[in-house]
Amino acid sequence: MIALAFFAQTLRIAIPYLLAAAGGVMSERAGLIGLTLEGYMLGGAFCAVAASFASGSPWLGVLAAVAGGALLALLYAVSAIRFRADQVVVGIAINLLAIGLTRFLLRLFFDSSSNSPRVAGFTSQGSGTGFGALVQNPVVWLGIAVIPAAAWLLYRTPFGLRVRAVGEHPAAAASVGVPVARVRYLAVLVSGMLAGLGGAYLALDQHQFTDGMTAGRGFIALAATIFGRWDPLRAGLACLLFAAAETLQIQLQGTQAIPSQFVEMIPYALTIVALAGVVGRAVAPAALGKTTIE
Amino acid sequence: MRKLLLLVAALLVAHVALLFIHPAGAAAPPAGHTIDVGVVFDLGGRGDKSFNDGAYLGAERAEKALGVQVRFIEPGEGSDRESGLRLLAAEGMDLVIGVGFIFTDDLTQLAREYPNTKFAGVDYSVATDPSGKVVPPPANLAALKFREEQGSYLVGALAALVGKSKKVGFVGGMDSPLIQKFEMGYRAGVKQVCPDCIVLSQYAGVTPEAFRNPGKGKEIALSQYQQGVNVIFHASGSTGLGVFEAARQTNKLAIGVDADQYSEAPGYVLSSMVKGVDNAVYDAIRKVKDGQFRGGIYQYGLAESGVGYVYDKNNERLIPPVVHARLEQLRQEIVAGRIVVPSTR
Repeated sequence: MIALAFFAQTLRIAIPYLLAAAGGVMSERAGLIGLTLEGYMLGGAFCAVAASFASGSPWLGVLAAVAGGALLALLYAVSAIRFRADQVVVGIAINLLAIGLTRFLLRLFFDSSSNSPRVAGFTSQGSGTGFGALVQNPVVWLGIAVIPAAAWLLYRTPFGLRVRAVGEHPAAAASVGVPVARVRYLAVLVSGMLAGLGGAYLALDQHQFTDGMTAGRGFIALAATIFGRWDPLRAGLACLLFAAAETLQIQLQGTQAIPSQFVEMIPYALTIVALAGVVGRAVAPAALGKTTIE
Repeated sequence: MRKLLLLVAALLVAHVALLFIHPAGAAAPPAGHTIDVGVVFDLGGRGDKSFNDGAYLGAERAEKALGVQVRFIEPGEGSDRESGLRLLAAEGMDLVIGVGFIFTDDLTQLAREYPNTKFAGVDYSVATDPSGKVVPPPANLAALKFREEQGSYLVGALAALVGKSKKVGFVGGMDSPLIQKFEMGYRAGVKQVCPDCIVLSQYAGVTPEAFRNPGKGKEIALSQYQQGVNVIFHASGSTGLGVFEAARQTNKLAIGVDADQYSEAPGYVLSSMVKGVDNAVYDAIRKVKDGQFRGGIYQYGLAESGVGYVYDKNNERLIPPVVHARLEQLRQEIVAGRIVVPSTR
């Protein structure tokens, strides 16, 4: 019973991480830094609520979140690929834009700087804490399916091969006729859609949008991407690990057995450990962050 | 690149130079001049359905009733809070109010720099020196503090009496002395009416983000409800909206904070521990208007109706009359000083 509750909670916490981290892997494997995941998630969360509020359908909310994430991703892609702006600078700018824009729109549409009204979601009232509430939610299924799907896309399709090629050696890819820019655009758009979906899960699970509600989850997903060495399956496992640590800390509440500071530190500490080469060598895609070569 | 660096350096020099300029402001207020009040909101600003809105209400009431002029500043993301306060002080406002404990250091600093301007800080956190003695704020600064522990004590008693499961929950935002005050009062209230009750207590984090993380709040609450808790009190800003969502999902109850939060989840909000930020702000403005303003520490507790719990037609069907009578009795004992509520760990 306790184990089941633990597993259900780990999964609930992990879903947004899994979706965003799959997006992070796609973007980074194509050579574009995934700093913007946080912004895509926040934008997606807002779009999900706005569309669900306007239409009464959480499905339209999910579609709007995908579109919203893609829109922010397009902005990132155009700046970084077309205009060759520095990815870190543009990435930070887009995250700030997402924070400011969602707050502005929240006030414009819903006349509040705190939260939106309640909207339709997938889970019903009184559905409890177990798997019942979990299996009702189609976004949960998407979150579970996204990791194998990303692995398949990256390793088993021509598109995946091209993504990996432009992330490692764009000049070589271009020399054999791969449209480098187009592949990168697509990879970034996919990452925006997936992270937007992660935001939709968060917002629809709360049945509302709250200012700044992603609270750093995009960065945890980025940490999982790096700790998972840019591999979808390993990144997925990293997400589950981070979520399990959070769950453990929540379940042991009151006992103070694990200080919350320690748990909050885990994703970032592990990322540093991974980059320092303690657990195997973490080799980033060779062209990551470089946009001047085509 | 060189040119750019030079430009940046020039701007930096100008910026630093401007820091040392103190505009004189209106030197002496002309006779018959209305009182000017400046209010700087905490992150979130108006529409936060919490203490920013409370401060706005109080200031607006003062504007109408006392004929003062109020200017509001809403800082954005980042660190321009201090510049908002500085701007108002430099413009020669009679009273500058910072809303939120985050303004504590900035207010102290500015009160020293502008000794002729009056300042007030809502939730101002009073410093103590290494030996534990209270460092009083500057003479022109009023610290508007609330005895949150007293209100939390009453809702603690309420949670234990209505919950009936020997287990009650607490969800805090950022783990900090201000929020620990809520927890300690709550625990004491629970123990008063149910000595063998267990309080499950959890904070959402250790950074200010912990006040804006409803996803985390929901997970903590779900886990507490699952362990047999029937009522959770949250003191966690919008993280608490997740607690309400968990209450809906499990058909249990939650207690709101700062303002009456019944409308966030009708039927699932047992009550709210309210802080009278509006009255405190109104009071401060009225004192300036009447020339009675004094710096120092002002505590608003149950006796001053600075804190309390909501009991109205929305939630009276959730609270049995016996329980309400018991709470009122406890309130009187606290006001009379027969019960002293702890506020620190």
